[in-house]
Amino acid sequence: MKKLLGVLLISLLSACASQTTKPSAEVEDKSVGTAPADSSSSAGKTTSPTLNPLTDPNNILSKRSVYFDFDSYVVKDEYRSLVVAHAQYLRDNSSARILLQGNTDERGSREYNLALGQRRADAVKHAMTLSGARETQIEAVSLGEEKPRATGHDESSWAENRRTDIRYQGE
Amino acid sequence: MNDCYNLRYILRNSLRIMSMWIHLRRFPQALVLLFWLIGSSPLQAALDIEIFGGGATQIPIAIVPFAAEERQKQGITPVVAADLQRSGLFRLVDTTGLTPHEPVQVSYPDWIGRGAGALVIGSTTALPGGQVAIRVTLLDVARQAQLASYSETVPAEQLRAAAHRIADMIYEKLTGDVGVFSTRIAYVVKQGKKYALQVADADGFNAQSVIEYTEPIISPSWSPDGTQLAYVSFENKKPVVYVQTLATRTRKAVANFRGSNSAPAWSPDGKKLAVVLSLMGGSQIFLVNSEGGGLQRLTQSSGIDTEPSFSPDGQHIIFTSDRGGTPQIYRMPVSGQTSRAAERLTFEGSYNVSPHYSPDGKSFTFIHRSGGRFNVAIQDLATRQVQLLTDSQFDESPSYAPNGKMILYATEVRGRGILSAVSSDGRTRQQLSTQAGDVREPAWGPLPRLR
Repeated sequence: MKKLLGVLLISLLSACASQTTKPSAEVEDKSVGTAPADSSSSAGKTTSPTLNPLTDPNNILSKRSVYFDFDSYVVKDEYRSLVVAHAQYLRDNSSARILLQGNTDERGSREYNLALGQRRADAVKHAMTLSGARETQIEAVSLGEEKPRATGHDESSWAENRRTDIRYQGE
Repeated sequence: MNDCYNLRYILRNSLRIMSMWIHLRRFPQALVLLFWLIGSSPLQAALDIEIFGGGATQIPIAIVPFAAEERQKQGITPVVAADLQRSGLFRLVDTTGLTPHEPVQVSYPDWIGRGAGALVIGSTTALPGGQVAIRVTLLDVARQAQLASYSETVPAEQLRAAAHRIADMIYEKLTGDVGVFSTRIAYVVKQGKKYALQVADADGFNAQSVIEYTEPIISPSWSPDGTQLAYVSFENKKPVVYVQTLATRTRKAVANFRGSNSAPAWSPDGKKLAVVLSLMGGSQIFLVNSEGGGLQRLTQSSGIDTEPSFSPDGQHIIFTSDRGGTPQIYRMPVSGQTSRAAERLTFEGSYNVSPHYSPDGKSFTFIHRSGGRFNVAIQDLATRQVQLLTDSQFDESPSYAPNGKMILYATEVRGRGILSAVSSDGRTRQQLSTQAGDVREPAWGPLPRLR
């Protein structure tokens, strides 16, 4: 695990130099902040200056979904490294801002599901703040059952929709 | 349907007849109705099959097509008949071959022979300038007496509205309750990737979009005066509560705090909205002014508190909370800071959600989950007795008609969302006119303001 973290950290650092988040063209919530990303922090040597670590498919930061078990909002161990990677990115890029969108399956009350989705977003936010992200960098919201990624009415669709998505500002 | 349910059902029937008695004492001219009840009891079983659970108290009514109404673009009596039939309290009597339009033309023995208890006759007269004069008379067949009569003149394009008022008048005269045929409903239609918040007449006609988006809209809620709708829109990547004025289409975000904003419910005086915010962690109920601002926290729990509904006197809210481990319905006073004083109301089952107060404040409707089914239920606040009103699979978002006699809810038929209504005694149920797309999130609007 430590080794993995080390590798992760290095890849993060090396990726930072190329990280210049474009200022958001559509800023809808003033509380999220509008300052452009600070790219001078802990800049390491980068081997692929053109790649944005947030979108580089080989970078863990391009992974944006945390899945949950039925009726659960516990961040499972298998998503620990993903959550930590984003937290450290936020820590190292103090002007970066993210939106965490919690989702649920379609069964039950829409408003109650909205609250359950909020719990899934809050759980990821909590895990990220424990790993070094600042509370003000993260807005946790819920989409409830309203924006299903899978539209079937079976267990595999429901599982796909029990999820928190990570969206960086401007995305 | 288990035995316990059946027992309750029988109890409800006896209560219903008792209430009819009380009713008849208040309306002696309708005493004759009781004899129809007794007389029609052998038919009850058959009617039970035709109309869910109903039959015993249906009033046989004959509605004669009005004189010259076929010359109008919009007939009146078909609308009146559909309204009354939809209430579940009326049975239409065939009028073929009989066409009285004035009381003097009525041959009572003919109508007695056809089993009619009440008779509606009338006429329309086209006036210059596109106006139509309507005359309507309601007659008690057994007593051979006039129960009501009135006339009004309306523009031709308002004949439907005039027909709903006639249905209201008949309903009130014969049942003693306020009619709700002139009210409106709001709901959300999803068609492809488009969402529309629509307002329609209570019979589903005259549907108009209030807003349309490519992002979800949920939880519409009528202002008590019927001029505004509060709702939740996801157009900004997260839920935000808006209040929109129907006449001007202007709108304002009244709850757009950091985190999620949802579940708006109007206070009875229209000055406040209860909303659910994640602003301070979790999902908790707050009050905001209906024009924005004035944030005030209402619930204080470590669990989920959501779906608030105000009591008609504005003193309490009922809401869904999982503070006890499963989602259940609680009640708490609105005033005072001792907001932890919430009382749990539901105990049957592990999933009771989406509560809405009845207009008289004596009961509430909600969704009860049992064995994978989500059904409309009501609970009496005094006796705590629960009645399941539906036996479908996926019911959601129940709300009372403003006279408390019907409950409008969303359900699913063959994978498609439709609106349905059930009488608050569970005996009559029907689907509202179905249109293309998924229809969901219904909310029954208030009575039209007295003119």
